Amino acid sequence: MTRHIRHAAAFCALLLVALLVNAARVQIVQAPGYDANPANRRPDIARYQQPRGDILVGGEAVTGSRDTGEHLRYERTYRDGPMYAPVTGFASQEYGTTLLEHAADGLLSGADPVLAPLPLWNDVTGARNPGGDVVTTINGAAQRAAYEGLGSHKGAVAAIEPSTGRILALVSAPSYDPQRLSGNGAAATRTWRRLNEDPDKPMLNRAVRRTYPPGSTFKVVTAAAALDAGVVRDLDAPTRSPDPYRLPGTRTWLTNEGGGCRNASLRQAFEWSCNTVFAKLGVDVGPTDMAATAEAFGFNDDGLRIPFSVSRSTFDTSVDRAQLGLSSIGQYNTRATPLQMAMVAAAVASGGQLRMPYLVERTVRAGGSLVAAAGSSPTRQAMRPTTAALLKELMTGVVENGTGSKAAIRGAVVGGKTGTAQHGLGNSGTPYAWFVSWAQSERAAEPEVAVAVVVEGSAADRDRVSGGGLAAPIARAVMEAVLAS
Amino acid sequence: MMKAGTGITVAAADAPAPVGRLPRRRGIELALIVVAVLLSVYGYCNVGLAQHGTLPPGAAGYGAGLGVLALLAHLAVRLRAPCADPLLLPIGVLLNGLGLVLIYRLDLETPGDRAAPTQLVWSTLGVGLFIVVVLLLRDHRVLARYAYVCVAAALVLLTLPILFPAVNGARIWIRVAGFSIQPGEFAKVLLAVFFAAYLAANRSALAYAGRQVWRLQLPTGRVLGPIVAVWLVSVGVLVLERDLGTSLLFFGLFVVLLYVATGRTGWIAVGLLLASLGAVAVGWLEPHVHGRVEDWLHPFASIEAGQGPNQLAQSLFAFAAGGVTGTGLGLGHSVLIGFATKSDFILATAGEELGFVGLSAIFLLYALLVERGYRAGLALRDPFGRLLAVGLSSIVALQVFVIAGGVTGLIPLTGMAMPFLAQGGSSVVTNWAIVALLIRVSDAARRQHDGRGPA
Repeated sequence: MTRHIRHAAAFCALLLVALLVNAARVQIVQAPGYDANPANRRPDIARYQQPRGDILVGGEAVTGSRDTGEHLRYERTYRDGPMYAPVTGFASQEYGTTLLEHAADGLLSGADPVLAPLPLWNDVTGARNPGGDVVTTINGAAQRAAYEGLGSHKGAVAAIEPSTGRILALVSAPSYDPQRLSGNGAAATRTWRRLNEDPDKPMLNRAVRRTYPPGSTFKVVTAAAALDAGVVRDLDAPTRSPDPYRLPGTRTWLTNEGGGCRNASLRQAFEWSCNTVFAKLGVDVGPTDMAATAEAFGFNDDGLRIPFSVSRSTFDTSVDRAQLGLSSIGQYNTRATPLQMAMVAAAVASGGQLRMPYLVERTVRAGGSLVAAAGSSPTRQAMRPTTAALLKELMTGVVENGTGSKAAIRGAVVGGKTGTAQHGLGNSGTPYAWFVSWAQSERAAEPEVAVAVVVEGSAADRDRVSGGGLAAPIARAVMEAVLAS
Repeated sequence: MMKAGTGITVAAADAPAPVGRLPRRRGIELALIVVAVLLSVYGYCNVGLAQHGTLPPGAAGYGAGLGVLALLAHLAVRLRAPCADPLLLPIGVLLNGLGLVLIYRLDLETPGDRAAPTQLVWSTLGVGLFIVVVLLLRDHRVLARYAYVCVAAALVLLTLPILFPAVNGARIWIRVAGFSIQPGEFAKVLLAVFFAAYLAANRSALAYAGRQVWRLQLPTGRVLGPIVAVWLVSVGVLVLERDLGTSLLFFGLFVVLLYVATGRTGWIAVGLLLASLGAVAVGWLEPHVHGRVEDWLHPFASIEAGQGPNQLAQSLFAFAAGGVTGTGLGLGHSVLIGFATKSDFILATAGEELGFVGLSAIFLLYALLVERGYRAGLALRDPFGRLLAVGLSSIVALQVFVIAGGVTGLIPLTGMAMPFLAQGGSSVVTNWAIVALLIRVSDAARRQHDGRGPA
């Protein structure tokens, strides 16, 4: 019997070995696969176990975290959610993250290894760091001015500090409250469905993710190209351009809204926004130089990150002369994000230097120690300084004598350019009202703000849609807010 | 070997060779018990610190309660089984203490459903039973006289739940005055006693070989009767109560004891054949069991079907999350398993929070318990005692294998309680009875070497 007891014991030992080997298989060999299984909720639980880091505007958090006591414990909250949504995006337990919440997710959630006190520390302890904070460049007053200025209109505002590239305001309307997407309940699902079905697309960040035909505001770029290329040397010399202007190689005659554009000087043509003059100037400059100038301003660049990506603004480079003429007055395939047009204004304001826009001033750990600070932004020469000086003169003229008078600010030099972009089949859509501008208070050494405003006019105000009427007051409010702070 | 009437008695042990007095090692047992209690209290405090950052309010009371229980058990052993194996009781205390910690830890996730206090009451009852058995049962051979009483009681206990409504697909519970009792748990010990007594009395008849086929000695048809009967009972339990685990356990226990008693490999062959026949038939025909087999083969099928992870998948996630060193007590998320986290799937919590290292330690504790039981069986001289020790140890080994293998995806999952760890009063009481019997048997085994013979 003893021998058989030993056999039975060996059998039990075999069972033990089988258990141990299988435990090693599950816990060590196959564990990475199981951990990564999308149905495994542990990563989500760990992610929401602690409050998320905050996004700060002007030293105050515009985000927060709420302890729900549920399995996914902390939910995102937002202060002035709709106003800051184009900056923050949302951080949803169900639908992921967007915009800054997405671009800085590792830092905000605490997963970024840069937050660890020592290299590899977390790999050893298995701990997660408290989320870091993101300090933005946004100017709260300017953001509010832009948001309230747009009001019930559809449209967008982007404002930049020309000397640095800091983004001061980024607003898109209509907006939405990202907090309603934070949780994972039925309410979040309903909100998500409603927002996605809304024909006005409230979750679309119009300031950076939508391109519009820039219309007459693109004439700033065309003027820069003409001055840089030497096609125009004197702002007040006649440009020898006909009115109407026959687009080269076609039977299409280009006309103007108002009169007085025949042989107008560049200054007059800019103030009166003569299509004929600028189409001819674009054709005279030629496709290569026009494209080069447009690209120097940032067109055709799909690599811009602020840190989230900005949609590519386009200036078509494979065009015939007629198309080039139309492209040069911001039509045909020319499209721009509001941020792109703010960059155009900023480049003019800062003497031809284009500084790449950015939204994050610095990132800090929960304790306040610095993780990373925005260094000086990369700079590109968009045009010659002399050209920039002449353009400033032109833009100032628009505000002082032309279509942009509603943007004038007492005690400050303001330059601007209006635009009314036709669009739709046979220009049937309600036009987009544009205004791009910059402002410099009298005591300042250089312009402090450049702004672009686009308003998608509603059918009700079809007849009075104009850049000077609808968009310029909003731009002025934003510029005033920046100058006052 | 002699027979008297219908009862079964076992011959007295051979006259022992007088040897020197062995050390009794009760001091070692006491020291190990203190370590076991301290480890449990440490785990308890760990849970509280991890969850709330403070020591849990009941830590001192929990430690004192467990300590007093263990001390009483130790005193009973010191009094009536002074030569018993010094490892058995500390292992029981440590596993029971750890089980209480794990259940308490899971209670924190389900504030509306507290199981730890009830489990503590059942543990007290279990230790009480342990003390009663150690104090009253002076000689294990007395049990052999009650073999047929045992089997009758076991059959009644096994059939009782059929009269009660099924709970979660299995008819293994009866509800009395708010308590859920699994009578099948108690039946295990009774059946082990019966098998040991029956086989000790009839082993020479069973060992009488029938025809030889190839290299297997087949048993004669006349003695095939009992094994077929037990097989039928197992299948009956399986079909009527849908309790695959228990039938597997009974059958495995019987085959092991049959082999140990007779030494005939033919029994193993017959046993395995019948077991696989039964398993295949039931796995094929019985939808509840069939589903378990499907889950085992494809644990992630429900995820691919878009229905989210099932319990087994969640269990595998929990084990995987533990990795080598575990998340630490109180820091895992095994509660995602949902239903039966504290009972059948308790090991997943251990695996996640203590890691492969902790899980291996738990497995080795069970292995040590089984090994000490087998050692007592080897040392004993009387066949009944040997078979009883082997049978009780095998119950623990098989049960650990069936449930641990089930929750880790080694074999199809069958509902069963992890000995001492899992929530379940009947189970913990039964396991204390098993440890008490092993204490008694090991005491007898060492005493015969002590030159004094069994009391």
